[in-house]
Amino acid sequence: MVTASELVRAVPDPELRVVTIGDLGIVRDIEVHGAQVVVTITPTYSGCPAMDAIRSDISAALRDAGFADISVKTVLAPAWSTDWITDAGRSKLAAAGIAPPGRTVGLALTVRCPQCGSPDTEELSRFGSTACKSLWRCRSCSEPFDAVKTL
Amino acid sequence: MTDFERVLGLGDDALIAAQRLAEWCSRAPDMEEDIALANIALDQLGAARLLLTYAGELEGHGRGEDELAFLRDDREFRNVQLVELANGDFAVTMTKLLFLSVYQRLLYADLSASTDERLAGIAGKARKESAYHVDHASLWVVRLGDGTDESHRRMQTALDAVWPYTHELFEWYPDLRSSWLESVQSVLMEASLSLPADGWAPTGGRSGAHTEALSKLLADMQVLHRAHPGATW
Repeated sequence: MVTASELVRAVPDPELRVVTIGDLGIVRDIEVHGAQVVVTITPTYSGCPAMDAIRSDISAALRDAGFADISVKTVLAPAWSTDWITDAGRSKLAAAGIAPPGRTVGLALTVRCPQCGSPDTEELSRFGSTACKSLWRCRSCSEPFDAVKTL
Repeated sequence: MTDFERVLGLGDDALIAAQRLAEWCSRAPDMEEDIALANIALDQLGAARLLLTYAGELEGHGRGEDELAFLRDDREFRNVQLVELANGDFAVTMTKLLFLSVYQRLLYADLSASTDERLAGIAGKARKESAYHVDHASLWVVRLGDGTDESHRRMQTALDAVWPYTHELFEWYPDLRSSWLESVQSVLMEASLSLPADGWAPTGGRSGAHTEALSKLLADMQVLHRAHPGATW
């Protein structure tokens, strides 16, 4: 049987469809008491417009599995960091042509092209198609690509 | 000053800055910049929503973020005048963004250690976003200041025009000014621009006295909500 936790973590992110909210590390807590579930999530960015969609997707997934009493809470602290994106999440991003973020500690390494793997890339804009991404171009294969910003 | 007024003031700073930045949407010099300014506006709006929601709870009269954003008149807004000033040319916009984001980065860093856990949570989130705003504004100020004669001239003109409005930022938080000056000064130095001299220091935003630019901004921002109260998508 699929648990409430598995159901919630498997909800796809509305903007980065290739990863789940579990992969992104934004699910902070899940409490189950019989048919009652309390899910706590945290936003990636303060103004993330996907939060409403994520809340309703979580509720829908749990309701379909028979949970009757569902509430989704939001917490801000501790503030989300891209370090919370799981290794599986990073692999899925890369496979979809989106460069995963670097680690917030240690040396800042160059962003590798998710298409050809070349480290010879340049940032076109620090802000991309969603709040959490920046826009890059590979100098080797000339492909433009999105990269998840380190936060 | 009550906690309500303080949180309201910070929320209004973010809200009005968001509205001004959003005016660039579809009008920026290139596509990347259009997206960048819209993203920064979105970060400001996110912080504004959290702060105004909290302010409404502190006030305790049942006002939520929408009532506070859309149903107050200009005299009830508590933002600094810096954020309401018209966008002007790109140099003015970047000057305003640099001054505001350096201030917000320092302020949110301080507030993230506040004993008020709710405020600390909001600030802890926003400070990371502010760092990107500072970066973005700094890159442009350096690029324009250190660019052509014309871009340098416009950048210096913008700095001189906006400078007087920076003093109001430190009415509530005077301790932040020395660190703020240090950060701004290092960007201006790299951009071969000169730090404007202190002189006229307009004030009043924190007590509800604003420039006419705010009235026009509010007319645009509030018209839909006031014409159709409670409308939803």
